[in-house]
Amino acid sequence: MKRNLVVWLVAIAGLAALPFLGMPVYLLHIAVQILLWGAVYTAWALMGRFGMMSLGHGGFLGIGAYVPALLWNYYGITPWIGIPLGVALAVLVAVAIGFPCFHLRVVGHYFALVTLALSEVTERGIVAARDITGGSLGLTPNTVSGTSLFALQFPDKRHFFVIALVVWLVGLWVWHMIDGSMTRLSMTASVEQDAAAAVGINVPREKLKILLVSAALTSLGGSMLGQYLMYVNPGTLSGVMVTLQMLFAAVVGGMYTALGPTMGSALTIILMESLRILFGTRFIGAANTIYGILLIVFTIFMPVGIWGFVVRCWERRAAAQRARATGATSAQGAGASAR
Amino acid sequence: MDIFLVEAMVNGLLLGGVFALLALGLNLIFGVIDVVWIAYTELMMAGMYAMFWLYAKYHWPFLAAAAAAIAVVAVLGLLTHFLIIGPILDAPPINQLLATGGLLFFLQSFATLLFSTEFRNIGVRLPTLEVAGMFISVARLLAFGVSLIGVGCLYAFLKRTYWGVAIRAIAQDRQIIGLMGIDQRRVYGMTSAIGGALAGLAGCLLVLQYDVHPFIGLSFGPILFMICVLGGLGNMLGGLAAAFIVSEIIAVGGFYVSIDLSYVLAFVVFIGLMFWRPRGVFTR
Repeated sequence: MKRNLVVWLVAIAGLAALPFLGMPVYLLHIAVQILLWGAVYTAWALMGRFGMMSLGHGGFLGIGAYVPALLWNYYGITPWIGIPLGVALAVLVAVAIGFPCFHLRVVGHYFALVTLALSEVTERGIVAARDITGGSLGLTPNTVSGTSLFALQFPDKRHFFVIALVVWLVGLWVWHMIDGSMTRLSMTASVEQDAAAAVGINVPREKLKILLVSAALTSLGGSMLGQYLMYVNPGTLSGVMVTLQMLFAAVVGGMYTALGPTMGSALTIILMESLRILFGTRFIGAANTIYGILLIVFTIFMPVGIWGFVVRCWERRAAAQRARATGATSAQGAGASAR
Repeated sequence: MDIFLVEAMVNGLLLGGVFALLALGLNLIFGVIDVVWIAYTELMMAGMYAMFWLYAKYHWPFLAAAAAAIAVVAVLGLLTHFLIIGPILDAPPINQLLATGGLLFFLQSFATLLFSTEFRNIGVRLPTLEVAGMFISVARLLAFGVSLIGVGCLYAFLKRTYWGVAIRAIAQDRQIIGLMGIDQRRVYGMTSAIGGALAGLAGCLLVLQYDVHPFIGLSFGPILFMICVLGGLGNMLGGLAAAFIVSEIIAVGGFYVSIDLSYVLAFVVFIGLMFWRPRGVFTR
């Protein structure tokens, strides 16, 4: 355990130092996006791994992206206040949806379709309020000149890299905490509500807890993405398509492991960038076509995802080694007694 | 009563017909196979594109193009079942939703890749009727009429034919059906093909009213799922009623405020109703 912690700290320090060792700006830009989207995908996977397929996370993302941007543009309220307000609103919406859903046992297909309505409401709502939000044209937060901690605007991408790293680590930490407190729930495989309730788990409350944490993290990720890109758009930071993108990354990366969603994030962003560099805009839609096929193939043949598969192989090998080691000693013992 | 309000309500009623058709297809599939095809309206989009190419580009006669488009989407429905749903038939619902979500992603982006994001119009101009001071488009009237005929035909099929009875039987009890000497695979295949054909028919009707573009599925999909959940998934009559209720909410809301806001309103009403009757408003 202690060794693990040291390894983690060294890895984090190494990551944080990376941009200051002369990383090209373009790579830095990719890295920031991988980390921020990684946090969002991790948030989605928090629910997905317990069998709750939320199609509403696009809504939480949109709330997180728009609330700080609107408050900043119209009232000059610093994102330091705007972001927590956005997170609070997302949590509030999550309660409004989640509390009745879980108590009335809206599960499976129903849960997915009810939450789908949330994504749709957010996107349509943002478009409908075009006088305030700029509609489908999006919104640009007012820029201040130079670096400003107050406005949370950093022209130097290295600063933002550190912020993105922190957000991502918060995501992993949340995952870790949920993982620790939820093993009992996950053992009873979430779908089996009765089984879980029978061993004394308040299933609706546990589910709601996960949803709230997940919504908060998604909203935080949305805020930071808006703050980093300095542009928010209902199509790219809210709505159904973004939600599907979350499903894709979480499933392909592996939604049952802590690093899986981040892996999915890296994969999607690198794939998208390479297609863009190789083909330009000629093959618009090519990346998503590939995602679609991969999502189907992975769901059918490898639902644990790439990282989940790696971890499983790893564990299997370790178990085999252990078995061989114990097998060898017992064989030795048997030989000794025979002699 | 305001004549424009009446006009909006009539238009809502007409739109409801097409939604009823789509809801019926989705409910049939859910009732029989116990899966939700998240990509259902994307199949409809495929039908619209088929119609566009065959009719507007290759100048097939309208009815022949429509028949071909319906057949194409029926085959797509079959493929969806046997390639995507088949291998994970017994998996948890989340996996099936994910896989059909992948199909949605695929169909939409593949359409973008093939046809670009351009809006395409089939170029049929149907006249507008004036009835008692209201303007009613013939395209909508036609869509409404044909949808109702489609619903009626399906009803007759399910009630009167051997396979229709088999489909209804399997919807009631999945386990026992093998003992009755009915080939389950075949019933599933047939259901998927019918579901696809209904989406294709809806596509043929909607292409007369709307331009086709790769994202058109997304403007119908969420509303459609809302209708099905409201009516109770798998409940065909409930779906029919919900289709008209929701399209009236949208039409009347669109009359008083704006069409975008009326969608928001419909979704909020939907979420509210869900908490009142989580298994659908029309479920006993």
